[in-house]
Amino acid sequence: MSEIIKGVRQMKGAQSIEFAAPPYILESACVCGSKEGEGPLKDTFDYIEEDSLFGCDTWEEAESALQEKTIDVLLEKSGYKKTDFRYIFAGDLMGQLIATTFGILKFEIPLFGLYGACSTMGEAISLASMTVAGGYANNVIAMASSHYASAEKTFRFPLEYSTQRPYSATWTVTGCGAVVIGNATNKSEKNMIKGKITGITTGKIVDYGCKDSQNMGACMAPAAADVIEQNLIDFGYEPGEYDKIITGDLGYVGQTILIDLLQRKGIEITDNHMDCGIEIFDSEKQDTHAGGSGCGCSATVLCGHILNNIKKGIWKKVLFVPTGALLSPTSFNEGQNVPGIAHAVMIEHPNK
Amino acid sequence: MENIMQESKKEEAKKERAKEYNDYVKQVTKTTSLSKNMLWAFIVGGLICTLGQGIGDVIKHYGVEEKAADSMTLLILIALSALLTGLNIYPKIGNFAGAGALVPITGFANSVAASAIEFKAEGFVMGLGCKIFTIAGPVILYGIFSSWILGVIYWAGQMFGWW
Repeated sequence: MSEIIKGVRQMKGAQSIEFAAPPYILESACVCGSKEGEGPLKDTFDYIEEDSLFGCDTWEEAESALQEKTIDVLLEKSGYKKTDFRYIFAGDLMGQLIATTFGILKFEIPLFGLYGACSTMGEAISLASMTVAGGYANNVIAMASSHYASAEKTFRFPLEYSTQRPYSATWTVTGCGAVVIGNATNKSEKNMIKGKITGITTGKIVDYGCKDSQNMGACMAPAAADVIEQNLIDFGYEPGEYDKIITGDLGYVGQTILIDLLQRKGIEITDNHMDCGIEIFDSEKQDTHAGGSGCGCSATVLCGHILNNIKKGIWKKVLFVPTGALLSPTSFNEGQNVPGIAHAVMIEHPNK
Repeated sequence: MENIMQESKKEEAKKERAKEYNDYVKQVTKTTSLSKNMLWAFIVGGLICTLGQGIGDVIKHYGVEEKAADSMTLLILIALSALLTGLNIYPKIGNFAGAGALVPITGFANSVAASAIEFKAEGFVMGLGCKIFTIAGPVILYGIFSSWILGVIYWAGQMFGWW
């Protein structure tokens, strides 16, 4: 802690931070809907809710219930009380963050509400890590959620409307992931550690002139390429430094483009790239086309699959890069482009 | 002055990159097979129309006069579509039939019923009332508008003795 108080320079390169005393991911929780619960990652989720309304009357309430359930699971798994958290960094895809507002209302934890489209989990973890590493809190929560039906209603058509989705379209994940980030001051906390956050690279808004909201992979891939390249430059790494470079929800189209864009810059990530949107569904069997998307996509895959593999030591070091497409129905209808944003978080096995 | 020149050059470069990128995206994005889509649209759209014809024939068979029978056929198709929308069957048909399910009157009914179901939660006035025609609205507006234009042309034609 003493280094922090003295104010050690933790800036790295142009857009990154290398933590002098890396904060830890102490616990994680993820709750999903039934479609995700039938997918390839079904065994990694803490709880699968069969009722897509989560016992509520509306989709928006359902997403709030999903967040509430996730924090309940997180508290139960970690053994923490809600008063143990100084802040929560959370967001969703709804206008004015209503899913978050009503989802965490009852917990009475001081909130920073975030919007980074589907990159929100990266943004939340980045800010949460800075808060803990800066000595402003011992334990905080970072969380993000999305719900298929509330997202369809907000961004596209009513659920029962009969349309054909193009191959490039993605399927919004119904899911919520939350992590406890803390500095593990006591022994029981040290035993909990799932992963260590050694650094972050914050992404810029990148606009390559893409206008197709049904091809969000193409809208976001340039932003992902930009932040991954910047991370490698800032830290002086080769891509092989990471066991996995994991993007949020680029899907099949976005993955192809990302690998291509980086190859043109002489960066080869074909072998260690993974995309949460591709992993979470079986595209053929589940008719999800290009893959899964939404804040909940990267958040649930992180909180289950990825952190499991890091804790077990299967992966020693990963770069987690949630990706977001920045649009609203209004900006889209008014003919604006759909720029992308991505935030990179470096997560390591605790003993590395 | 130099700054303005540089800015406009930058704009040019951005436009150039956007064009290049969008062309490239088109190349790598897999698209649905047009012939398969058209075939399914033809089959399902045809079946819906055949069903309508069948319903009309049956109604007429029971002695209802032609005009009334036509209206009754439309009402039955609309009711059927609304029912199938509520049971979440119509969207599944639309998922593979595309325009085959969209173009017949059943598609129009689906768009209205779907909006009604979705926005009911926001109240009967601000939700259902205001938003029931979110999808069908443009069809109604431009349908009426284009028939008005055709009416004017027809009227003008009569005035000038074109027909």
